[in-house]
Amino acid sequence: MGKHKTPMLDELEKGPWPSFVSDIKQQAEKGKQALKDAPDDLLGVMELSYKDKVTHWKHGGIVGVFGYGGGVIGRYCDQPEKFPGVAHFHTMRVNQPASKFYSTKFLRDLCNLWERYGSGLTNMHGSTGDIIFLGTTTDNLERVFYDMTHELNQDLGGSGSNLRTPSCCVGLARCEWACYDTEEACHELTMEYQDELHRPAFPYKFKFKFDGCPNGCVAAIARADMSVIGTWKDDIRIDQAAVKAYVGGEIKPNGGAHAGKDWGKFDIVEEVVRLCPTGCMSWDGSTLKINNRECTRCMHCLNVMPRALRPGTETGASILFGAKAPILEGAQLSTLTIPFIRMEPPFEELKELVNKVWDWWMEEGKNRERLGELIQRESFQKFLEIMELSPDPRMVSEPRSNPYIFWKEEEVEGGWTRDIKDFRAKHQR
Amino acid sequence: MPYDPSDPLKDRITDIGPRYYKEFYPPVIEKNRGKWVYHEIIEPGVLVHVAESGDEVYTVRVGGCRLMSIEHIREICEIADKHCDGYLRFTTRNNIEFMVDAKHKVKPLMDDLKNRKFSGGSNKFPIGGTGACVTNIVHTQGWIHCHTPAIDASGVVKSVMDGIFEDFGQMRLPAQVRVSLACCLNMCGAVHCSDIAILGIHRKPPMVDHEWIDKLCELPLAIAACPTAAIKPAKTAEGLKTLEINHERCMFCGNCFTMCGAMPLADEVGSGVAILVGGKISNRISKPKFSKVVIPFIPNEPPRWETTVKAVKNILTVYASDAKKYERIGEWAARIGWERFFEKTGIPFTHHLIDDYRFAYTTWRQSTQFKF
Repeated sequence: MGKHKTPMLDELEKGPWPSFVSDIKQQAEKGKQALKDAPDDLLGVMELSYKDKVTHWKHGGIVGVFGYGGGVIGRYCDQPEKFPGVAHFHTMRVNQPASKFYSTKFLRDLCNLWERYGSGLTNMHGSTGDIIFLGTTTDNLERVFYDMTHELNQDLGGSGSNLRTPSCCVGLARCEWACYDTEEACHELTMEYQDELHRPAFPYKFKFKFDGCPNGCVAAIARADMSVIGTWKDDIRIDQAAVKAYVGGEIKPNGGAHAGKDWGKFDIVEEVVRLCPTGCMSWDGSTLKINNRECTRCMHCLNVMPRALRPGTETGASILFGAKAPILEGAQLSTLTIPFIRMEPPFEELKELVNKVWDWWMEEGKNRERLGELIQRESFQKFLEIMELSPDPRMVSEPRSNPYIFWKEEEVEGGWTRDIKDFRAKHQR
Repeated sequence: MPYDPSDPLKDRITDIGPRYYKEFYPPVIEKNRGKWVYHEIIEPGVLVHVAESGDEVYTVRVGGCRLMSIEHIREICEIADKHCDGYLRFTTRNNIEFMVDAKHKVKPLMDDLKNRKFSGGSNKFPIGGTGACVTNIVHTQGWIHCHTPAIDASGVVKSVMDGIFEDFGQMRLPAQVRVSLACCLNMCGAVHCSDIAILGIHRKPPMVDHEWIDKLCELPLAIAACPTAAIKPAKTAEGLKTLEINHERCMFCGNCFTMCGAMPLADEVGSGVAILVGGKISNRISKPKFSKVVIPFIPNEPPRWETTVKAVKNILTVYASDAKKYERIGEWAARIGWERFFEKTGIPFTHHLIDDYRFAYTTWRQSTQFKF
């Protein structure tokens, strides 16, 4: 029996999906966390929210560790007398290793650290990718940070108006489609920009995300101010014998992803050739042909026949800018800006882009204006000028339909200075 | 030397970043990194990746709660030590992946995972989340730790996942279905491109704490934060500086509250759930798409959010029975037409679903092509 009665939360112990309520209770009963009452009081304040149908956490609070402006989110309960165990309940963001592989040794070290100073509760992981230490008091923040850096060789992640902790897909570690080394790019840029990650100097948040291919497993195109998405320039590699094996039913299509329902015999024409968005494929009964020049690398055929088709070998990334959630001007997806760059460590070309973007955004961006909104406000043309890039039809879905072109004076023969007297000499008033 | 509170800057270490990812690879990953040839899903929740060397890595994927105790993480470590040489990984969608380097190690691992239950009876490690299924719901903090939410997060996710649990462990849908939850419009969870998005929204304008607002907030920042210019400076009868809100112009985004804690807007009946559908991230076949609002409001119904669960299940069921193989929810809706989407799902179409914000015109129909 816990410290508080939680009849509503107890309902969430039922059912097959893992119950976070049972888990918090387990920590309350068995755990040896420093903030002994935190799990119990967290359940208590949650139960109160379930009753009241509103949150009981207060707005903000500026707390942190010396010298950093990010990585710690202040949080206070608005009913501290009832729930003293969570009266101060600050979050610490811990920068996850790229692609989130762990040794049990390191995970246990993290657990021990958090047991020593915190609530014993975490998020594995937060939305941006960090390991989240959920709830501790102000005086423990420095202790966690000291031990984490000294004993675990591990740093905090980002929060506030700074570079947020970058994240990436599983990449080369365990995927055949990764067109560049997403983990190395993620780690390298995280290390390069430690100052920007810890010390807020931006108009608002800035996110990098690294997807190895256009399937987009970390959602770079929707979530990152700079989306780095793997792609290739040359031909899809085809193993015609394996194609035949798919057609003959010897290999399950889509890696077996549809095995739970009888969709009938695999039909390469219906399921691959006709679904190709550019119509660049054909099947004559024995050979699959791809007109690679017309291919837009949507990944469908590769996804359906992973043993027969592989990305080309001239690989790199497309760079897109400006994605964000709706606050404020509405949600945006990233816009294709650089169709292709090579992605080799230490990613100097990528860093040059980052520096140009930041110089401009830090100069021109308004408070809480994301890069995507600045590009909209100032125009994509302006953005290209800043980036020193030439316009390319790949950057747009279609050309503009209105003729309101902001011509520049130097583009117009003779400039804009004219004399009305010359005009009047030929045209009566 | 341990931390010395009297000299906090002594021996300080900063800017060292995360640990290097290569420290944490299982041997089979380390050896075959960058040399994988193909993968297969051999049963729901179980993947095999095959390398050029002929090596195989078998991955058993299990659903995880994003909120996790250290007791639970230690149990995960115990499993990984027993079966996986002391390594594991997490996915972007809060799943846990246990990896073994030989097929005969898969069954003992799966049996072990299946047998572990929480005291209340729920599975600790449900296996699934691969292929044409509903995988884990990514979500935000909600009432467990956030100051701006319109809804809870963990409890809604638990309730919805219980309701559609069968589709986590089976691969019988036309394509993968990505469900996401964000507890307010800030969308820490970025649900604007999900097949099904559960979004917390407010419907009452902020209250102004006139007595405190000038002491707690920078008033110009709160004014500037409003995207519809609905906030202007004002004075109370006592002459205190405060703000006035034009309620007609408020679209309940909560951005002012983010800037100024003296303008709370969450409310017991005003706040609740909106459902959006048809978004996607992947470039596969069709371009990435935004999710679209199809249910403007469902009240908060703790502890089990029955109406929300029913709404998600209904959309999923109609989609599963009507879409073609490989078609994501948004592609299906675009093919049959949104008028058919509302007809087939039985969801009422109300004025709330017609856009009237920045790019509204681009979503209206400028055509005589429609279905009766």
